[in-house]
Amino acid sequence: MKHKLKLILVLLLFIWGTAAAQSDTAPGDAAIAAPSIPPPAPVTNLQATDTDNDHGHAITLTWEKSTDDGAGANAVVAYDVWRWYPLEMDVVDSLRQDLAATRDAVRAFRIDLPRAERALEELQEDAAKLNTTRFRVAVPDVPGFTLTVDYALSKLADTIAYMRDNRPILMSRIKPEQQELAQALERLTQAHAAFPQNGEWRTIGKALAGATSFTNTGSKDQTSSDFFPDYSDLYYRVEAVTIDPAVRSEAVQVGPVQSKGQWFHTGKIPVVLFVVMFLVFTVTFVQLAKKGTDLYVRPLSGIEAVDDAIGRATEMGRPILYLLGIGVATEVNTIASFSILGRVAKRVAEFQTPIIVPCYDPIVMAVAQEVVKSSFLDAGRSDDYRQESVFFVTNYQFAYVAAVNGIMLRERPATNIYMGKFMAESLLLAETGTLAGSIQIAGTDEIAQIPFFIVSCDYTLIGEELYAASAYLGREPVLLGSLKAQDWAKAVIMVCALMGMVATALGWPAFAHFFQVTG
Amino acid sequence: MSRASIVVLVLVCVAFAASWVVRAGANEGDAAVRDAFLVTLAAFLTLAIFSFMYRDNPYYKFAEHLFVGVSAAYWMCMGFWSTIVGNLVPRISESLSDFFQVPYSGGGLDFGLFYFSYRYFYLIPIILGILLLMRLVPKAGWISRWPLAFIVGTFAGLNLVRYLQSDFIIQISASFVPLFVDWHGFGHFFSGLSLAANGQFVAMLSNLVVFLGVICGLIYFFFSKEHVGWFGGASRLGIWILMITFGASFGYTVMGRISLLVGRLTFLFGDWLGIIG
Repeated sequence: MKHKLKLILVLLLFIWGTAAAQSDTAPGDAAIAAPSIPPPAPVTNLQATDTDNDHGHAITLTWEKSTDDGAGANAVVAYDVWRWYPLEMDVVDSLRQDLAATRDAVRAFRIDLPRAERALEELQEDAAKLNTTRFRVAVPDVPGFTLTVDYALSKLADTIAYMRDNRPILMSRIKPEQQELAQALERLTQAHAAFPQNGEWRTIGKALAGATSFTNTGSKDQTSSDFFPDYSDLYYRVEAVTIDPAVRSEAVQVGPVQSKGQWFHTGKIPVVLFVVMFLVFTVTFVQLAKKGTDLYVRPLSGIEAVDDAIGRATEMGRPILYLLGIGVATEVNTIASFSILGRVAKRVAEFQTPIIVPCYDPIVMAVAQEVVKSSFLDAGRSDDYRQESVFFVTNYQFAYVAAVNGIMLRERPATNIYMGKFMAESLLLAETGTLAGSIQIAGTDEIAQIPFFIVSCDYTLIGEELYAASAYLGREPVLLGSLKAQDWAKAVIMVCALMGMVATALGWPAFAHFFQVTG
Repeated sequence: MSRASIVVLVLVCVAFAASWVVRAGANEGDAAVRDAFLVTLAAFLTLAIFSFMYRDNPYYKFAEHLFVGVSAAYWMCMGFWSTIVGNLVPRISESLSDFFQVPYSGGGLDFGLFYFSYRYFYLIPIILGILLLMRLVPKAGWISRWPLAFIVGTFAGLNLVRYLQSDFIIQISASFVPLFVDWHGFGHFFSGLSLAANGQFVAMLSNLVVFLGVICGLIYFFFSKEHVGWFGGASRLGIWILMITFGASFGYTVMGRISLLVGRLTFLFGDWLGIIG
């Protein structure tokens, strides 16, 4: 009787529910069965193209916004982007994870096996020393937990045996797993071409409302979980989504599209043009200088003072301290400083004045030694060259300062020359040099440090004067030609700035766009 | 060693010991004695470096040599562990990676017929590094010039493009500023004249300074023409603009240095002497 009653009640509820669902006049149920807002309009003109100016492994999607983007009850809040994945991608992922796990296990065994063997030996030694196994040993990393020594010994022996037995097995597994992964990766291109068989759509990202593009990028590394295959047919979908995630537009599909790398980065065309321009200037002026054309370079007071300073050091019988700064040998200011060091060392060799060059970087020291050695050779005084006069101090900024300050006060150089890259140590060095009574000449292109040199040195080469100095000192055609080329490049900048100002005032954006470098 | 020097040395040692004892008494816990020693040593070394302001002395020399020695050794170890073990080993050998317990990150290109491992590329820096060390062999020292030439030449070439892009082209386009901002005639300009930071007058003035600064600064660094006449005048204006910029930079950086000094004084009076909380 009870069961019959239940059955009747269930039947009644079912009939009432069906009738209510079919009724147009049931507002509460209508809200459950149908979405509260209509779906938004889909995006239009969806296009997928290989991303420009990259090394491949990226696709850019562009579209025109949904007409419901930004207004209305069904306003679009984002665009969901989907990509079609062949199931083979999961196989690749799984194989990749297996291989990584095997490698990790082999590595762990290689590290843990000797540790376990050592632990076993130590435990056996302890037991032999105490002549008993009736004691307990603490378990590392588990405070308060101890084991009987017999149990610990047997467990360690078992672990060692397990690792010894299984390590070769695991190692032998690596190569087949690598091959299996390589084969699966090879199958990926065919798997992508089989669209829409054996695959599924997966969401890969979201673009906020108002966006009209999305870039899908990945890694070129085949062993990475983020691997993005080049030269494979890829398919994408974009859906406009409202505030209710269930209410979304019809999906718009695009594809196939393939990603690939480019040989030329078109965004850097202005750079190429200016490199060519600079090259033409340099070659032209170097040729002119070689032919003996008189190329004027205005006097630089800081550089003219170098000869006087060397002469002063010679008369006083004191050394010259030359600092190349804390830059590495690959930085432009350090390279310029090498050139000046060459000139200074040549004069020093001629005057037979000692020179001290403490270096901050080992490579800089090696180059500086070669430069000074060559200069002594050029001056015909190679016997006077002492390799120990150019030495490495330390690679730590303030320790270097402490050491150089000590040299300044102990050796009392007549002249300190600072050329190259200097940072916070500039004032510490220059002030100590002033205390020691040395003539000081500095040159750097570090904008923040120039003020400190200006206030504490007798002569300062500001910025590009550092680069001009080497050409001015040597007057070699190559250096003089490049200095002239720099001047012409500055003239081009001035003309461009004037033209840019006029173009901006007249509202011609094309001129400014030419100077936009991307990437 | 003079008697005065011995007296000063004894006094310093006594002060050091007393400071150690007092600090150890003030600290609590198992590491009280060790912490007290470290704080006292740090304070002693700080004062030893500060003593340079008086003149060069043995305490400064001690701190200097300790600093130089420790830092040189530290950077050598860092060079080994971060460059050789951290960067090179994981790329050339799996077994060496395991030995040094660093994750192996080898890779390669599969050409179908053969597999080219990236590890062969890393033989180049190894060979260049060995060549660089050849300068230790007097007869083969000249070989070390090859890696030096490679390093300097490669980076000079790379930097040419980088600097041309960042310091040349981008700087040119940044100087394209209109001298007339929101211009609707003189009447509009004078009627709305104000010194507000976002006003028309200030915007035009700052653009004028940018434009003149660029042109006159470049003229100052123009070496091919004598700085006389109008060219000399523009050059002088350029150096004035540079000096004003340097002055502002000087003041800003000095403030940073003062904060460093405050940090050391806080250590001395707080952590060491305990005078300030």
